[in-house]
Amino acid sequence: MTDALSPAAGIPKAKPARRDIGIKRRYAAERRFRAYGIAALSFGIIFLLILIWSVVSKGYTAFQQTMITVPVEFSEQVIDPQNERATDPQKLMTANYPILARNAVAKVLGVAENDRAGLRAVNQMISDGVRTQLRDMVVANPSLIGTTQTVSLLAAGDLDSAFKGQIDLSVPETNRKVSDRQVGWMNQLAESGALAKHFNTGIFVNGASSRPEAAGVGVALIGSFYMMLIVLVLSLPIGVAASIYLEEFAPKNRFTDLIEVNINNLAAVPSIVYGLLGLAVFVNFAGLPRSASLVGGLVLTLMTLPTIIIATRAALKAVPPSIRAAALGLGASKMQTIFHHVLPLAMPGILTGTIIGLAHALGETAPLLLIGMVAFVANYPTTPLDPSTALPVQIYMWANEAERAFVERTSGAIIILLLFLIVMNVGAILLRRRFERRW
Amino acid sequence: MSTSLILLIVALIGIVGYVAGARRAMALAGGLSSKLHSRPGYYGSFIALWAIVPALLILAVWLVASPIYINSSVRSGFPEEVKALSEAEQGLNFGMVSSLARGMNVLSLEEIERVGSNPAELRAALGAKGVPLAGEPQPFMVEAAGELNTMTALSRTAMTIVVLAASLAGALLAFRQIAPRFRARNRVEKVILASLVVASSIAILTTIGIVLSMLTEAGHFFARVPAWEFFFGTVWDPRFAAAGATDSEGQFGLIPLLLGTLYIGLVAMLVAVPVGLFSAIYMSEYASPKVRSIAKPLLEVLAGIPTIVYGFFALTVVGPFLRDLSSQVNGLLTGDYMNFIQAQSVLTAGFVMGIMLIPYVSSLSDDIITAVPRALCDGSLGLGATRSETVKRVTLPAALPGIVGAILMTASRAIGETMIVVLAAGVAARIQFDPFEPMTTVTVKIVSQLTGDLEFTSPQTLVAFALGITLFAITLCLNIYALYIVRKYREQYE
Repeated sequence: MTDALSPAAGIPKAKPARRDIGIKRRYAAERRFRAYGIAALSFGIIFLLILIWSVVSKGYTAFQQTMITVPVEFSEQVIDPQNERATDPQKLMTANYPILARNAVAKVLGVAENDRAGLRAVNQMISDGVRTQLRDMVVANPSLIGTTQTVSLLAAGDLDSAFKGQIDLSVPETNRKVSDRQVGWMNQLAESGALAKHFNTGIFVNGASSRPEAAGVGVALIGSFYMMLIVLVLSLPIGVAASIYLEEFAPKNRFTDLIEVNINNLAAVPSIVYGLLGLAVFVNFAGLPRSASLVGGLVLTLMTLPTIIIATRAALKAVPPSIRAAALGLGASKMQTIFHHVLPLAMPGILTGTIIGLAHALGETAPLLLIGMVAFVANYPTTPLDPSTALPVQIYMWANEAERAFVERTSGAIIILLLFLIVMNVGAILLRRRFERRW
Repeated sequence: MSTSLILLIVALIGIVGYVAGARRAMALAGGLSSKLHSRPGYYGSFIALWAIVPALLILAVWLVASPIYINSSVRSGFPEEVKALSEAEQGLNFGMVSSLARGMNVLSLEEIERVGSNPAELRAALGAKGVPLAGEPQPFMVEAAGELNTMTALSRTAMTIVVLAASLAGALLAFRQIAPRFRARNRVEKVILASLVVASSIAILTTIGIVLSMLTEAGHFFARVPAWEFFFGTVWDPRFAAAGATDSEGQFGLIPLLLGTLYIGLVAMLVAVPVGLFSAIYMSEYASPKVRSIAKPLLEVLAGIPTIVYGFFALTVVGPFLRDLSSQVNGLLTGDYMNFIQAQSVLTAGFVMGIMLIPYVSSLSDDIITAVPRALCDGSLGLGATRSETVKRVTLPAALPGIVGAILMTASRAIGETMIVVLAAGVAARIQFDPFEPMTTVTVKIVSQLTGDLEFTSPQTLVAFALGITLFAITLCLNIYALYIVRKYREQYE
């Protein structure tokens, strides 16, 4: 610049250098900014992947269960030594069935009958759940007594973990739950094919249990099913009715404005507040039983209503006015126009919103904790008034258990929950794709 | 007659009424529906509504009111010495009477004859039928139980007759009104409109329910513990009372819980806001439609994952990872392999909550950024600004109020979030500012005060409602303010 102003004016001027507008610096800033964006986006997606990977890698083994298949002798000596079963039906219920299983496994392993420590070690390899398993077999068919049957026995949780390779066998024997001797037997049984992993149906059908190998989400699934049913039956009609009124009939006045603001705020109220509401109103005031899926369903209904109302109103708004005008012009009443023409056209949008609302309700935990769904329920609830748990609450309870095998179960239950959510959301997307109309 | 049978009969009357009404209308019009004011179905519905709605209303009122009336009249028949007892003991007595009454329904007549006069035998007989009694029934109880049973049976018969009569009368009255020029459709539509209004006022009822229920329970709490001790107390030590004991004092200071809530929320926002905002900017300004169509749903999956899953993730993956990381870092720096980050800490809970909130920030800001008029951005680009300069100098300032609203809405979610903090933040209520130490939140304490055995008399339980109303008030204010900002911003560009 100084050159150009210098007195040597006679010299033909070089082409003036472009004014430095910092283009390099600005482009670098541009690239940095873009990189921040990519970094932010990948941060979110990477954490999504880590989350899913951590759940799946921990949980997929929960769908397999180690079983020991051995010939079990239903010895009369053990079950009913005094032969009283004809007169006293209690006899068959209270017999010492675990001994049968223990003896059967000990026999296969060749553990001597006077080897007390050995027998105890064998006993630790079998789940206590065999008591009910064998009892149910005998009670259903008392003629089994005295015969020998091949039975698949549930392995204990620790042995199950060891067989799946989740217990580090290199740590000293005293610091782990499975002894070297048991590991030796485990390998011996595995080689002979008696001990093997089977598909775990128990996790889908069993109720609560303090033993991880016998615990399942059966009760929780039924509880969640009842709740979803109640939410669907109540919130869909009420939500649709409310939206139709607000969208099509409501005059513009203070009252409808109030309702509008209200619904927007209710959608943002923390879910735990709905739990407090349910506890105070349904349990404390109306006297409905705690832990019942009915109360859970009602609370989740109130929580889902705003979502459904907002989705339904959007769907109703999307139906073009020409449809209404045509129906009204042909002499239909306003009510007929809406119920015969507008509502059917808005239905795909409404159902999509409902499914998404239901999916949220299915994963909701906090309000259910407050109305007492944190319960140890081993029996299937037969009505929505019986105590039960819900799938996310079961996950919460298992997450608080200390045992290694429960971590696997928790992740397994999360996989089940996520599968349900995926199915619902994919259903919603398909519904939208299939029926969505562009006007 | 059982309630469900009554319902079934009423429904049947309704269906018959519908068919009869539709036929009658057609018959009156001589088979020409054009002569009718409304379509035949409306005449049918008119009758069905008259048959069903009043009957159901009577049934509902009767079912609610009759037990209250019967109970109070049975109680007033108790001897004077029982009435002098406290409310709780009277309740126990009445419990005995009602289980006696249930048991006497199970027994056959001759059994009642045989044991009726002897309380001890009665108890044994009932026990054998599977109706356990808490204590030996006194003679007045047996009498009261008999009275209770007669009154209940009487009430049930009366209810059946009244409800069915109301249903039939409604149907007949409606049937007589039918005429070709009768405006049935207008009547039916009025009923439908009324039910729509009722449905939409449920939203209001929910809000009123939330506020009233929490205010009453919190009112009971503030009757025991002065409000200033709750709102300005710095110590949280509720001291779980033994069952029945109501005298045990605790300290219910809100400040440590509120600080924990805000601190964890702050950490979460520090993660969520930059990540969410930058993803939104990248997706709306830079990304090709293909990248956008993949990345946007993926981010939204984060919002669809239940919070309990995030809590478990924090508990089993993030917490232990940060703990081990800190012990390794500490070992490399000082040689002492002590972890300085606890597994349950403000950082763990805040970080995981931040990940959960990313999609809220990004989708809300995405909407707001795309709502900025295109002309503003095009003008800036046309004058030679780079994309990032346009975003920083034009788009963001224009979208700022909306983004602030979005951030406030996200913050209210962070404050109300429960499951992540329950599993990952810890339970120690204390005032400190080290993000590596555990802290606790309002929501954690609501859960921990209300799980387990409940007694709605002790301040230890009732405090949860005081916490709840505080939480509700905070989130409500944040949301109303955010909605106000967003609305105002939208009007600016419309």
